[in-house]
Amino acid sequence: MVVGMTLSTFLQQLINGLSLGSLYALIAIGYTMVYGILKLINFAHGDIFMMAAYFAYFGISVFFLPWYVTFIITILLTMLLGAGIERMAYRPLREAPKTSLLISAIGVSFLLENLATYLFSGKPQAFPEFPVMTTPIFVGGLSIQPVSIVIPIVAFFLMTVLLFIINKTKVGMAMRAVSVDYDTAKLMGIKIDNVISSTFAIGSGLAAVGALLWCMKYPSVLPLMGVVPGLKCFIAAVIGGIGNVKGAVLGGLILGFSEVLMVAFFPSLTGYRDAVAFIILIIILLFLPNGILGKKQVEKV
Amino acid sequence: MKNTQNSLGAYLKKHWKTVVFLVLVLIGIGIADQFVNSFMRRLLNLSAIYTIVALSMNLVNGFTGQFSLGQAGFMAIGAYTVAIFTVPVGLRSTIFYLAPMAPLLANIQLPFVVALILGGFLSAGVAFLIGSPCLRLRGDYLAIATLGFSEIIRIIFTNTQTITNGALGIKSIPTISSLWWTFGIALIVIIACFLLINSSYGRAFKSVREDEIAAEAMGVSLFKTKMTSFLISAFFTGIGGGLYAALLGTVDPKQFYFTLTYNFLLIIVLGGMGSISGTIIASFVVTLGQEALRFLDEPMAFGLDLPIFRPGLRMVVFSFLLMVVVLFYRKGLMGTNELTWNFIANKYRSIKSRFTKKAASAQGGDSK
Amino acid sequence: MKKSLSLLLCLALVATMTAGCSGSSTSSDNSDVIKVGVFEPLTGANASGGELELEGVQLANQLHPEVLGKKVELVVADNKSDKAEATTAAARLIEKDKVCAILGSWGSSLSMAAGDIVKSNKIPAIALSATNPQVTLGNDYYFRVCFLDPFQGTVMANYAYKTLGAKKVAIVQEVSNDYSVGLAKFFTDAFTKLSGDASAIVSTGNYNTGDQDFNGILTNIKATNPDVIFAPGNYTESALLIKQARALGITCPIIGGDTWETNEFITVGGADVEGAVMSTFFDDTNPPTEAGKTFVAEYKKLYPDRQNVPAVTALGYDGYMMLMDAIERAGSADPQAIRDALATTTNFEGATGVITINANGDAEKNSAIVKVVKDGKFTYLDTVTITQ
Repeated sequence: MVVGMTLSTFLQQLINGLSLGSLYALIAIGYTMVYGILKLINFAHGDIFMMAAYFAYFGISVFFLPWYVTFIITILLTMLLGAGIERMAYRPLREAPKTSLLISAIGVSFLLENLATYLFSGKPQAFPEFPVMTTPIFVGGLSIQPVSIVIPIVAFFLMTVLLFIINKTKVGMAMRAVSVDYDTAKLMGIKIDNVISSTFAIGSGLAAVGALLWCMKYPSVLPLMGVVPGLKCFIAAVIGGIGNVKGAVLGGLILGFSEVLMVAFFPSLTGYRDAVAFIILIIILLFLPNGILGKKQVEKV
Repeated sequence: MKNTQNSLGAYLKKHWKTVVFLVLVLIGIGIADQFVNSFMRRLLNLSAIYTIVALSMNLVNGFTGQFSLGQAGFMAIGAYTVAIFTVPVGLRSTIFYLAPMAPLLANIQLPFVVALILGGFLSAGVAFLIGSPCLRLRGDYLAIATLGFSEIIRIIFTNTQTITNGALGIKSIPTISSLWWTFGIALIVIIACFLLINSSYGRAFKSVREDEIAAEAMGVSLFKTKMTSFLISAFFTGIGGGLYAALLGTVDPKQFYFTLTYNFLLIIVLGGMGSISGTIIASFVVTLGQEALRFLDEPMAFGLDLPIFRPGLRMVVFSFLLMVVVLFYRKGLMGTNELTWNFIANKYRSIKSRFTKKAASAQGGDSK
Repeated sequence: MKKSLSLLLCLALVATMTAGCSGSSTSSDNSDVIKVGVFEPLTGANASGGELELEGVQLANQLHPEVLGKKVELVVADNKSDKAEATTAAARLIEKDKVCAILGSWGSSLSMAAGDIVKSNKIPAIALSATNPQVTLGNDYYFRVCFLDPFQGTVMANYAYKTLGAKKVAIVQEVSNDYSVGLAKFFTDAFTKLSGDASAIVSTGNYNTGDQDFNGILTNIKATNPDVIFAPGNYTESALLIKQARALGITCPIIGGDTWETNEFITVGGADVEGAVMSTFFDDTNPPTEAGKTFVAEYKKLYPDRQNVPAVTALGYDGYMMLMDAIERAGSADPQAIRDALATTTNFEGATGVITINANGDAEKNSAIVKVVKDGKFTYLDTVTITQ
């Protein structure tokens, strides 16, 4: 199979990998931020992503709002949801053992999934089409959807903005302080609760942007749509070095490319595709427990 | 000889309440086995299986303090072992009708008990392979790694069509209906766990849970202790999975999606991480409760056409309940306590004293 | 304090449980009501299909609420698209609700999960749209009103080879879905036999339920340049798959099985699923029987704003009607008598065609409808009849 692969097929697969990987990257950043601060795997992150998709679906298809209004509302609502979840489900457990926090995160994820199934039914809803973004452009046998180019651009843009916030602003400094030493930060007069809330809000906002782009590319909205992307993006964050924003982007890209290239080079093993992420995770955990960029500890949120 | 008789006598004298209770439980199972209808029987069987699996999960998560989320995968191994080895050879060609079963396995049929135990050992074997790298990981990494392994197991089972029949699953597994299988094994597991927890191993488990560094300083080998707990847990979970397959009569990979593990997590959280009796009670409450809350899914309940009642509400209520327990009753039903006679007596006394206190304060209020 | 509160919480749960368990078991025996269980996925991945079948059964029940002078009461149980739930739901219908027969479920694996239970309790069940041969095989109590996968695979292979003139076919299957894997296999067998070319299947790709990105598989397929892509599977995944295939510039026809015929397939797929071809059970624009005409008219009366009459709804209707016919012929609501009557059903006029139950418990059907998506609607294309 490898022998028969033409250059254009290979390039096409690289494009597929780039756009998938950038989507993973966007969602992984949110994971990495929350982990950096609370040392918590936010199992609900994938479900926040799912809720964002529903917000956007309702805005456009049910309330007929213009897309730009919907996008802004979606991002704001999702940020509110993320901060709200932190307030309701994580803050009361701040002093509790970490296991309780982890269980609470799983509980929130479980609750959001069941709530979405109950409220919106298990049927898929069609996300509105954006022909500007999805009508493919054909370049010498290659097909490129504009959205596939937009996704990496947005991902890199947001990464830069985020690095700016973390490194150059007061909130960012507070975030770094909380991440390095929770108790000392508290003693230094940093309003821990505000910092954590804003971290969740920013992380959820990124999940919302991820959801919007995801749905443009894969236009179906389902209650369980966040589960697999959620897990994979967490893995992406671990690969890159959790707590590290650049690492999350790198991890997302690595994961996206490995999945697509595995399908490209071993077509008979396509059924094992979802296992790839977990296998990479375990290899990374064994040989590079801090992830690829984890050791430097720069830009640690 | 006389000595052992004496000690047995002393033991009986000391624990006569427990012995009487056990005998009553056995008689209860016997009576239930005779008179219960097959729907109730199924629920009770399921409760007993959930007890087995939840208890083994609690061994690792509650008693040893290692947050593992691999239960669904170990169950799958046990379930598939029973399925593959107990389906009658004559039926196999019709079950594996898309791709014939691997010739190596096609003619091996084992008695149920042998397959069940084999399932336990295979599950423990896989746990050994998984555990050696994973148990060195920190808490939440362990969670995600074990979850990942459980998914990998499921994906492998989906794709190995000549062994597991892939997505088609295996049906016509000889079923069990008697309560003795599930309750008998559940009792064995409960007793084994109880003895284990109170042995030197159990103390080592708990010391690891409380403080790894202190435990290590005391000469407890961290890795060995975690591994022992993990292996025993996987063994029992495999057995639980085997019983599950024999109860349902059919297995397919989708049943063992990682969300299955959340059921057991709910049980041990509700019952109390680190309590055997809490886990047992929670297993029954959750399994029977899920059935009982079914009316929430039925639109016509109470003769009113309330749109609130529709399929899905039950699961919302259930997950909400989990959140309430996690947030407000973090220790669950039993915390790390056991439902011993002393515990009951204390509880009784405290409730009684509270009532008398209340009565006293009420009287006091009156006089003012 | 907290602990006693949690104790209270559990007690409350147990109390509702006992209340729930003892609640509805009073009115079961020798009343004027005949209870029929409907066993469908109403939540979870298969909820769409389950709902459509249920609507058919409910419509039939509205039109024919009585048999033998007794009222027929439908008892609906949700199996949550989950096998373990399915077995308890079936046991619950039989033991607690004391139904005399069961209709359903959408999704063969869910029906199979209930198979052993209906068999050991000797309660007859009718599968409505479950096409896997294993549902009725070796089970004297399970019947079915639709055709089977080997037949459906052959129909689509014939369509691809004869009508579309395909020589090279690529297959994309949902590897975690028994229905999809089975249909793909039967299609492969039939197509290689028809074309006489052992390498006619140029590429096979696998994906998992819930996957959303198929670009990798499709790029591989594009490189093999097939004449037709056969992609049986869930409607959500299939619709996304077709969208991505079109975006990659794959222009060949994409064909599939009966599960595609749901509204969501068109709403999610949009303009890209135009031209997608599938086999199905029923054509509402040209019902084959008088019963079919009545059914379509009544359906349109009940749901005036819907464009199509889904085939599985027609099968739900047929399942109920065939059961009523059997109860009438049996002259009683005794499950064993109903089973015997069902087994001897001959030339029963259903909405989807004339049904005769064979020795296996399957409806003998030798023709299937082929539909195409045209202008956002499922449109009749052809009737394929296969004679063995």
